[in-house]
Amino acid sequence: MSKLIFVFLAFIPLLCTSFSPERPSDRRVLVLLDDFAVKSSHSLFFNSLKSRGFDLHFHLADDPKIALQRYGQYLYDALILFSPTIERFGGSVDAAAILDFVDSGHDLIVAADSNASDLIREIAVECGVDFDEDPASMVVDHSGYAVSATEGDHTLIASDDFIKSDVILGSKKIEAPVLFQGIGHSLNPTNSLVLKALSASPSAFSANPKSKLTSPPSLTGSSISFVSVIQARNNARILISGSLSMFSNRFFRSGVQKAGSPTKHEKSGNEQFFTELSKWVFHERGHLKAVHMQHHKVGEANEPAIYRINDDLEFSVEIFEWSGTSWEPYVADDVQVQFYMMSPYVLKTLSTNGKGRYFTSFKVPDVYGVFQFKVEYEKLGYTSLSLSKQIPVRPFRHNEYERFIPAAYPYYGAAFSMMAGFFIFTAVHLYSK
Amino acid sequence: MAASDAQNGVFSVRHAFGNVLAFFILLLIGVLAFSIRLFSVIKYESVIHEFDPYFNYRVTQFLTKNGIYDFWNWFDDRTWYPLGRVIGGTVYPGLTLTAGTLWWILNSLNIPLSVETVCVFTAPIFSAFASWATYLLTKEVKGAGAGLTAAILLAMVPSYISRSVAGSYDNEAVAIFALIFTFYLYIKTLNTGSLFYATLNSIAYFYMVCSWGGYTFIINLIPMHVLLCIVTGRYSSRLYIAYAPLVVLGTLLASLVPVVGFNAVMTSEHFASFLVFIIIHVVALVYYIKGSLSPKMFKVAVALVVSVGVAVCFAMVAVLIALVASSPTKGWSGRSLSLLDPTYASKYIPIIASVSEHQPPTWPSYFMDINVLAFLVPAGIIACFSPLSDASSFVVLYIVTSVYFSGVMVRLMLVLAPAACILSGIALSQAFDVFTRSIKFQLPSLSDNSQAGEGSSENVVPNDSVKADKTEDTSKERTSKKSKKKEKEPVEKPLSKSQIKKRLLVLPLETSVIAIILLVLLGAFYVVHSVWAAAEAYSAPSIVLTSHSHDGLHVFDDFREAYAWLSHNTEVDDKVASWWDYGYQTTAMANRTVIVDNNTWNNTHIATVGTAMSSPEKAAWEIFQSLDVKYVLVVFGGLVGYPSDDINKFLWMVRIGGGVFPHIKEPDYLRDGQYRIDSMATPTMLNCLMYKLSYYRFVETDGKAFDRVRRTEIGKKHFKLTHFEEVFTTHHWMVRIYKLKSPKNRIRGKTKKSKSKTSSKTASKRNELKRNPF
Repeated sequence: MSKLIFVFLAFIPLLCTSFSPERPSDRRVLVLLDDFAVKSSHSLFFNSLKSRGFDLHFHLADDPKIALQRYGQYLYDALILFSPTIERFGGSVDAAAILDFVDSGHDLIVAADSNASDLIREIAVECGVDFDEDPASMVVDHSGYAVSATEGDHTLIASDDFIKSDVILGSKKIEAPVLFQGIGHSLNPTNSLVLKALSASPSAFSANPKSKLTSPPSLTGSSISFVSVIQARNNARILISGSLSMFSNRFFRSGVQKAGSPTKHEKSGNEQFFTELSKWVFHERGHLKAVHMQHHKVGEANEPAIYRINDDLEFSVEIFEWSGTSWEPYVADDVQVQFYMMSPYVLKTLSTNGKGRYFTSFKVPDVYGVFQFKVEYEKLGYTSLSLSKQIPVRPFRHNEYERFIPAAYPYYGAAFSMMAGFFIFTAVHLYSK
Repeated sequence: MAASDAQNGVFSVRHAFGNVLAFFILLLIGVLAFSIRLFSVIKYESVIHEFDPYFNYRVTQFLTKNGIYDFWNWFDDRTWYPLGRVIGGTVYPGLTLTAGTLWWILNSLNIPLSVETVCVFTAPIFSAFASWATYLLTKEVKGAGAGLTAAILLAMVPSYISRSVAGSYDNEAVAIFALIFTFYLYIKTLNTGSLFYATLNSIAYFYMVCSWGGYTFIINLIPMHVLLCIVTGRYSSRLYIAYAPLVVLGTLLASLVPVVGFNAVMTSEHFASFLVFIIIHVVALVYYIKGSLSPKMFKVAVALVVSVGVAVCFAMVAVLIALVASSPTKGWSGRSLSLLDPTYASKYIPIIASVSEHQPPTWPSYFMDINVLAFLVPAGIIACFSPLSDASSFVVLYIVTSVYFSGVMVRLMLVLAPAACILSGIALSQAFDVFTRSIKFQLPSLSDNSQAGEGSSENVVPNDSVKADKTEDTSKERTSKKSKKKEKEPVEKPLSKSQIKKRLLVLPLETSVIAIILLVLLGAFYVVHSVWAAAEAYSAPSIVLTSHSHDGLHVFDDFREAYAWLSHNTEVDDKVASWWDYGYQTTAMANRTVIVDNNTWNNTHIATVGTAMSSPEKAAWEIFQSLDVKYVLVVFGGLVGYPSDDINKFLWMVRIGGGVFPHIKEPDYLRDGQYRIDSMATPTMLNCLMYKLSYYRFVETDGKAFDRVRRTEIGKKHFKLTHFEEVFTTHHWMVRIYKLKSPKNRIRGKTKKSKSKTSSKTASKRNELKRNPF
């Protein structure tokens, strides 16, 4: 009993440092493996995570004791599935549980491989990634393969077609190509949430290298993606790779020379690629928060409950970026605010003071109704910000109109001269005789 | 001379006695009018009824809380989201101000009544006032006897009861009083020629304008009467005094009401009054010139004036026509047009035609609403023609026009009811007058002590005829003071003549007795019917429903259950979409923002909701999402057989929606020209949101999904909702509330379908492989 309490006490700080809106980086990561051998064969990847402070829990994927949540609380902040061939998870975990885990805002790394199981495929499809339907197929590239000692079947591919985003891949350019060997997948072009982090060259195609190609391959060219990243609407991030061996020490360490290229790199780009990518997936980078959305009339400090048409107002919002350890001011020149009622009546780019505060001022349009201040900021790699604040705009009060209009003076004159004339006429008519 | 003095003395005693009696009768009529409307409170509870009263109640609450200036400038952001509504400028404030003032007076007298109580009892109080106003009006026309009879008839006319039971807190409650009182003051002015009454008349008209859009009836009826008087050669200075100040002051005052504003001088509904205003001036001028010129000169002048006047009139009419024709609706608002052309609304404006009270009434509804009065009215008209005075011609004109209008719209039956009461009152009192006089003359022994005699009506009537004559005398005297004494003699002469006439108009005794008994029976039948109508037909508050069945009384309190759920389980700023009928109730009872409500000022917005309701789920979800809607509320009567549910209103959603968004086509929803929800229903119908939200999980109730309103099994029983989720259904399923699902967190892969097929094949293979060993 006392032991249990002790365990619980030891657990408390862990709970406190776990994922929260204030500290969005993940801490506790569950790693599910097919085989404990992967733990050592992929130790470089795991060690890089550990060195960044992650708390990795390794389990066999069919371990009957694994559970993602207990008493409605998630035990982990992120999940790494390095078990491409698993047919059924142990314990209470299944595909739906993993998707719920994602839908409640947690992150996921999935490594498939050729002969990936239906379970892994199902998870991938639910996230918007379609693996080649032929389970035995691999991506073959006869011009972009990695040069190796043996000629081989050109399934070991050196790719340097990265996603062009400093947020996702870090500001340091990845010099060496990344080695890939595994199954390719395609993405629905209309799906706005999923991105190709590493894609194939135009000469690649997906087929079973052991059998003869009888029909045109279903996946060809640069529509094939090797590694894809997904940012769900709740900003949960998912990485799906068509190859488990990409993460392995062997690929991390091996040198690479792309066919047709004279430069031979001492070390493949895999390590840098996955280190940077995992930083993004685990919210160490590209995570924004917007706070203190404020508005008030020019010259006043308090937020009013209602505006009047043609009021001048000032609007401000603060946006910070999570650096992995602290919130840093986010600096950009493309943050916009909308003053919105069914359509934006005002759309203004906000100026920033470099310390995270964005501000602007504008005039309320000459239309009354229930408006919203809307800040919708969606930029590649960053978490999407969507803030709105409702504010009604009323017309003039009865005593806020101009009382005397110069143009109406003839009418005032007419009215008063009429009155005077009538008075004189009455007096004359009554008392003339 | 001495004899006449003595007679006068006897008359004045009888006069005083009659006045006291009349006063107490009026008091009792007031009590009757008030108490007959309390059935709803006794049978149900003290609640606000129906739809519009909830809005008025909410506005009154705002008024009592924030004061009149904030009320005047109230911009309501909780309705018509996101457009909002300027309540202060779009509402007739009379009712609200009346109830607010009542509440304020009571509170300052330290009688702490809640606003709701005051609102509930405003209508009964004002129906008592209305019956007193009827008394005054009819008294001006045909004497106090007719006045009392008309007042008692009005106190319990079912048509008026239907709009003024306790809790029916609507504009009509005070407007009918204002209408009758305005007419009374007009007649009073016409009879007396007093500027004082003319001014009061304008103020009463102002109160009417504040209270109800039906004020246009007044401003058209009175000019019509004036024109009638002029045409029939009854022009007098009294007519001028009754009319001209009303137009000038009335128009000025009317334009002070924000909701009317410049409409008072710019819409066609008011043009008749201006035209007659011009005509009466021309006529007045003609009379003046006629009096001051010699006949020969007058003829010359007439020729001159007529030629010039025709030219001017022609020019003005041309300008007017051009002005009116330049506006698309020819300057008439839709509701007024549907009055003149009963088929206009159903042809062009579905939103007006969709309201059941804008439909033409059926014949039984006349019998239901005015009952025996329908048979007494013709007799009353005849009575008004003998002799025809300015006042009685007005009443005849009133009944003729209101009969026409009530034939166009059920709602305007309410305007007919006072006219019917007045004429029936005249008819009854004249009949009683004739019959009792016949009896009196044939039983000379009785005639001596007749005061103590038969019925109250008999007592009052002779007194009143004298009194009416007297008032006529005094009024004549007042006018004659200035100029001519001539008038007095002709007045005296017909009086004595009529005395002789009366003696000649004697019916046989038996006939009279039988006729009186029959009339009393008729009246008794009317009373029985009215009480029945008040107790059974018109007292239901319609937010609480009851039904009697073999195992007792069932109470359906689903509406309040649903609104209470909304107010307790949703965020304050959440938006609730429903068909517009339930907008007022949702804002008042659940305090949630609504998209459309019963003030149907924006057709496009209503059409948007109608389109969403008649679209498939995904399209509807997108429409609602663009309006920030969180919850959708539908009313469904299929389980308990509540006929006025959303499926029965659905054709209007399609029509109104299709009127603005042409991709909604009514024929898509019709099979053989009918809206059907059974197995013959069209696929569009079965897939539209309204069908789905109404019948979702309906099959779980009885296993067959039998709809008790449409008396059929529904067409599609088992289906799932993809974009909406059910969050609340009331006890009898009458109100169902759905929540919009938020957009999917992830987007699935595209090849899911084909993939699942193949993978299921392979999976099944694998499963077989796997299972075999076990």
